[in-house]
Amino acid sequence: MRIKTLVLASAIAAAIAMPGHAKELRFAFQGTLNSFDPYNLNETFHLGTFGNIYEGLVRRGADMAIEPALATSWEVLEPTRWRFHLRKGVKFHNGNAFNADDVVFSAKRVRADGSDLKSRIATDTKVIKVDDYTVDFVTSQPNPILHFEWGTWYIMDKEWTEENDAVAPQSVGGETENYATRHANGTGPFMLESHESGVKTVAVVNPNWWDNANKEHNLTKVVFTPIGSDPTRVAALLSGQIDMAYPIPVQDQQRVADNSGTSMLVGPETRTIFLGMDQFSDELLYSSVKGKNPFKDKRVREALYRAIDIKAIQEKVMRGNSEPSSMMIAPGLTSISPTHFARLGYDPAKAKQLLADAGFGGGFEVGMDCPNDRYVNDEAICTAVVGMLAKVGVKVNLLAQPKAKYFPKVLAPNLDTSFYLLGWTPGSLDSWNVFNNLIGCPRMSDDAPIWNKADREKISIGKFNLGGYCNPKVDALASKILSETDKAKRDAMIEQAWAMTIDDIAYIPLHQQALSWGVSNKVKLAQRVDNVFAWRHVVMQ
Amino acid sequence: MVALVIRRSIQSVVVMLVVALLAFTLFRYVGDPVAMMVGQDTSLVERAALREKLGLNDPVPLQFARFVVNTAQGQFGISYQIGRPVAELLVERMPATLELSLVAALFALFIGIPMGVYTALNPKKWLSTVFLTISLIGISLPTFLIGILLILLFGVVLGWLPTFGRGEVVQLGWWTTGFLTASGWKSLLMPAFTLGMFQLTLIMRLVRSEMLEVLLTDYIKFARARGLSNRAVNFGHALKNTLVPVITITGLQLGSIIAFAIITETVFQWPGMGLLFIQAISLVDIPIMSAYLVLIAMFFVVINLIVDILYHVVDPRLRVDVRGAQG
Repeated sequence: MRIKTLVLASAIAAAIAMPGHAKELRFAFQGTLNSFDPYNLNETFHLGTFGNIYEGLVRRGADMAIEPALATSWEVLEPTRWRFHLRKGVKFHNGNAFNADDVVFSAKRVRADGSDLKSRIATDTKVIKVDDYTVDFVTSQPNPILHFEWGTWYIMDKEWTEENDAVAPQSVGGETENYATRHANGTGPFMLESHESGVKTVAVVNPNWWDNANKEHNLTKVVFTPIGSDPTRVAALLSGQIDMAYPIPVQDQQRVADNSGTSMLVGPETRTIFLGMDQFSDELLYSSVKGKNPFKDKRVREALYRAIDIKAIQEKVMRGNSEPSSMMIAPGLTSISPTHFARLGYDPAKAKQLLADAGFGGGFEVGMDCPNDRYVNDEAICTAVVGMLAKVGVKVNLLAQPKAKYFPKVLAPNLDTSFYLLGWTPGSLDSWNVFNNLIGCPRMSDDAPIWNKADREKISIGKFNLGGYCNPKVDALASKILSETDKAKRDAMIEQAWAMTIDDIAYIPLHQQALSWGVSNKVKLAQRVDNVFAWRHVVMQ
Repeated sequence: MVALVIRRSIQSVVVMLVVALLAFTLFRYVGDPVAMMVGQDTSLVERAALREKLGLNDPVPLQFARFVVNTAQGQFGISYQIGRPVAELLVERMPATLELSLVAALFALFIGIPMGVYTALNPKKWLSTVFLTISLIGISLPTFLIGILLILLFGVVLGWLPTFGRGEVVQLGWWTTGFLTASGWKSLLMPAFTLGMFQLTLIMRLVRSEMLEVLLTDYIKFARARGLSNRAVNFGHALKNTLVPVITITGLQLGSIIAFAIITETVFQWPGMGLLFIQAISLVDIPIMSAYLVLIAMFFVVINLIVDILYHVVDPRLRVDVRGAQG
């Protein structure tokens, strides 16, 4: 009798103790996680995932606001000297204490050879340890957005990295594996338990996280599986084998929404998709027009812009999952109202008129380059554009390729394109990044030719300005924007610069693509506009 | 026999070199690895430096020679993307592919042969027609479609089987096996069926046509005349003679199952070598691609060699010929 009671009691105890305590989040993404070295690859998914295990001096909240993380506060002592006060009592996952030595070490490591995140801190910026919990950054010129990208500059433990011989960042093309490739020691809310690239990555909760008092999440374990095949990923979500999957292809969104156990989270992303035109060559590389470049004429660019029916693309190609843009940046990342700049309206009659005025009344042929596996429905968008331009007399010969072939072709130094589709997210979530990469005049000096063949690999300003758009007034504004510390003045200059590029029709912006997350109804999470999945906001039932 | 082995081995080396050369030529058209290894903020100067460091600017014959020498020494290099030695990666992923291929091959064999025998012995029955129709469907539907339909039916609608992955695996030394766990077996069912489907139809039709032919031969007639039971005739004599070419084909097909598990692994997210290879292609991870191609070429070559030797051992007619030539 007693034994029976004992057995019954322990069974009840076990039943009470077991369920409900272990909250395991299982999710899938289309890409794989490669090396876990936080300076190895400057790519959103990697850096976003590492942000759950490592932390930087600052971090981005769910609404993208900059919050203190490993730094509790910071001040600008002089225009070129920033002082960061570090958080006390923080421990790395292996128990080591966090202090200024780790920050100085990480600053050196992120700028070392082999790091892909060198742009986080300028080479000539000095990093000075004032005391164990204070670090100064001395820049060569004022930079009001110095720390904007530091949410993804992760602080590593000096002692751990040195002990494990990982002081040099994982050198791509090297001869041996770096310890940091499969092991991580950060300060974040989760600790890496195991990592098999392309198979599974497992993280467990960090019981000693410094922010546990304010923690939102209730997870004990997170399991990530890469699932490259779209239908398999959707099926895994629908069957309940995983709790969250992204991205969900647009044609499956209705199914996920209709399914009783799951729902869709959609919203605009910070990525702008646009069309670029070669405006610097004297003769287009891929065109029937000889002896001159039609895209140098603003009327031709305007004609192409007006020939595109963005609403049709939004409804038919993107199935409603896009936000047509008038700017080359998501308006939410500026202080400009979304309705301030309007798109040039869809007007094929006017487009034909403009082409005739420019001397191309009979139309012309041009080659177009497009990736087919990089952006949401990229090839479909290009195909739609081809059809729309044909209606105004411009015959487009489309070449759509996988990104591995597309990018080497169109990017510098090859620039082997006349008309192309591209997408851009400014990593610092600030306009200057776009001016510096897409708008800036790509030439070595004011009188050098644009994209001069001999210097192509040395170009640093405008390195993604493949069309060679050049407006010195905008460049002058951009360099002022870089160092203007007064926010109101800076925002005004930004708006002015945008107005100029829009007036010039430097590019044809299309839309902001949309986030597409499929989530089980048992999971509550925060969807960030930069498509980063931060586990610390997840609450599971 | 020894002469045969030596001759074949030399041919194998030539085949491997040709494969290496073709693979190498192809890699120049797959895309730019550097573009896949860096982020958007990396300066053009650094990209150029990286290209130089990886030896991508060297003349093609030099790159090829370096590749052959390294491969011959078993140094496959470090993956551009994953940052780990390629040999380690392949060894880690091989058990998944081999287990899947083995189960698929056995499934095809043990279902295909009985089906083939049945359709040969009972050509007029309706079940034979059903089997033949199924085999036609199996040949015409592409692998990924079968896989996706199975996932939809058994994973999503019925919820009986897992939709992806390998389930729980047990580590035995350097081998990881899914055979020892229930979830491992459940995860194996659909991928093995998908992969083995084409093989099954092939074997079934092969057994059927071979058996029909054998059943018309003289020695079968004599056996029946002697009064042997149907079972003895059909299985003791006819099937045995049918199986020799079937085993040969199956052996040869084993190599292609291993190689073409790529599609099945992609659909089911099965963590094997094929999935590693296809991920490497989209990311232009040349060390993995070249190591995989060399490895698969070696599999094919070794399997062919074994099959040839076995054929000589098993088929007495060939042995007699050889001895006759020597005598």
